[in-house]
Amino acid sequence: MPGTKEIRSKIASVKSTQKITKAMQMVATSKMRRAQERMKLARPYARRMLEVIGHLTEANPDYRHPFLVTRQPKAIGIIVISSDRGLAGGLNANVFKQTLTLIREWQRQDVPVKLCLIGTKALTFFRRLGLPILANVTHLGDKPHVKDLIGTVKVMLDAYRAGELDRLFLINAQFVNTMTQKPTVQQLLPIEALDTEGLQEHWDYIYEPDAAGILDGLLMRYIESQVYRAAVENVASEMAARMIAMGAATDNAGKLIGELQLIYNKARQAAITKELSEIVGGAAAV
Amino acid sequence: MAEASTIHVDIVSAEGELFSGEAAEVIAPASQGDLGILPRHAPLLTLLRPGEVRVRTPDGEDHHFFVGGGALEVQPRRVTVLADTALRARDIDEAAALAAKQRAEDALKEKVGHISIAEAQAELARAIAQLKLIQRLRKLRA
Repeated sequence: MPGTKEIRSKIASVKSTQKITKAMQMVATSKMRRAQERMKLARPYARRMLEVIGHLTEANPDYRHPFLVTRQPKAIGIIVISSDRGLAGGLNANVFKQTLTLIREWQRQDVPVKLCLIGTKALTFFRRLGLPILANVTHLGDKPHVKDLIGTVKVMLDAYRAGELDRLFLINAQFVNTMTQKPTVQQLLPIEALDTEGLQEHWDYIYEPDAAGILDGLLMRYIESQVYRAAVENVASEMAARMIAMGAATDNAGKLIGELQLIYNKARQAAITKELSEIVGGAAAV
Repeated sequence: MAEASTIHVDIVSAEGELFSGEAAEVIAPASQGDLGILPRHAPLLTLLRPGEVRVRTPDGEDHHFFVGGGALEVQPRRVTVLADTALRARDIDEAAALAAKQRAEDALKEKVGHISIAEAQAELARAIAQLKLIQRLRKLRA
């Protein structure tokens, strides 16, 4: 039976690939749920933070923190968040495409762009562009921690304070739902339009030691929490994208196995028929 | 109206909520020294040092939380601790920033000294194609 052995081993190899993609899909599903949970946990902190910041700026209209003042853009910074690993469909490619669009937009206006890269994929992609990379961090894992992001964010905040950057953007894959993850651009600095609605009562805090120092500490933490939230959201998106990609791969493998099985059956049948007709022919000749 | 004898306390960090509930007293490590907060305290805003936040519930039970720093907001009926999950200090932050910068520089240097496998393979394929072309030209001439 020529060919049937090859088909059989091919089927076995596709089957083992299917086992791997199936396992990856299931792992991604459970990891996605956990990442979504962590996204939810990050929300109250950011909300309370904004409330306090809103109140503080309302109570101190004379003090303008540099993070709240819009300057003429002479240089901009972009924080790009990507995953560390691939096999997640078009997730990273879409984020990078969006980033390139943003970079070109500013370069057309002769505004230099500086990058801050989070995740291995962003690093390997943007290294080739030859743009200055101010800071980078990789291997945050499936559970990013604020402490791993502090240094990276601080580099960008320091550059902004020193006037080396006049805008700071954050790009990550937004988790819309399990099926959709779309790249989003968020302006981190200057902080635009604080939501001060709902602050009707005018009263002021006692500050220890002073309002300016506290506001600085709060704003810094607010930006960090935004980057942290984006990193967690990116993990959720990565897992969702991988789940879908691996689901499709598993289905494709199943289809392939079906087709191969059909070919194998036909080849086997043909061999049997041939042998039979040879026997019959041989018997007739005798 | 009954006098408020408890105060609502929320301890939240970027990575999750640590505590939410009523308390009789809160003691927090403010940047200028430890602060004890009782119900109906005047509005106050301060940064926290790394240390322990103690929450005493109305039935006299103590809860302890370690914070790496953060901010404390007090309103007459509500206390919010915006806690840092990581230990914060100027020099620690500075060291982390330097490390992030160093990583970026290393990553850029790597590009010059060391090419990735994919790039090397592309280079090899191009060289092989050129060699084949040269050989074919030689045959034609011979």
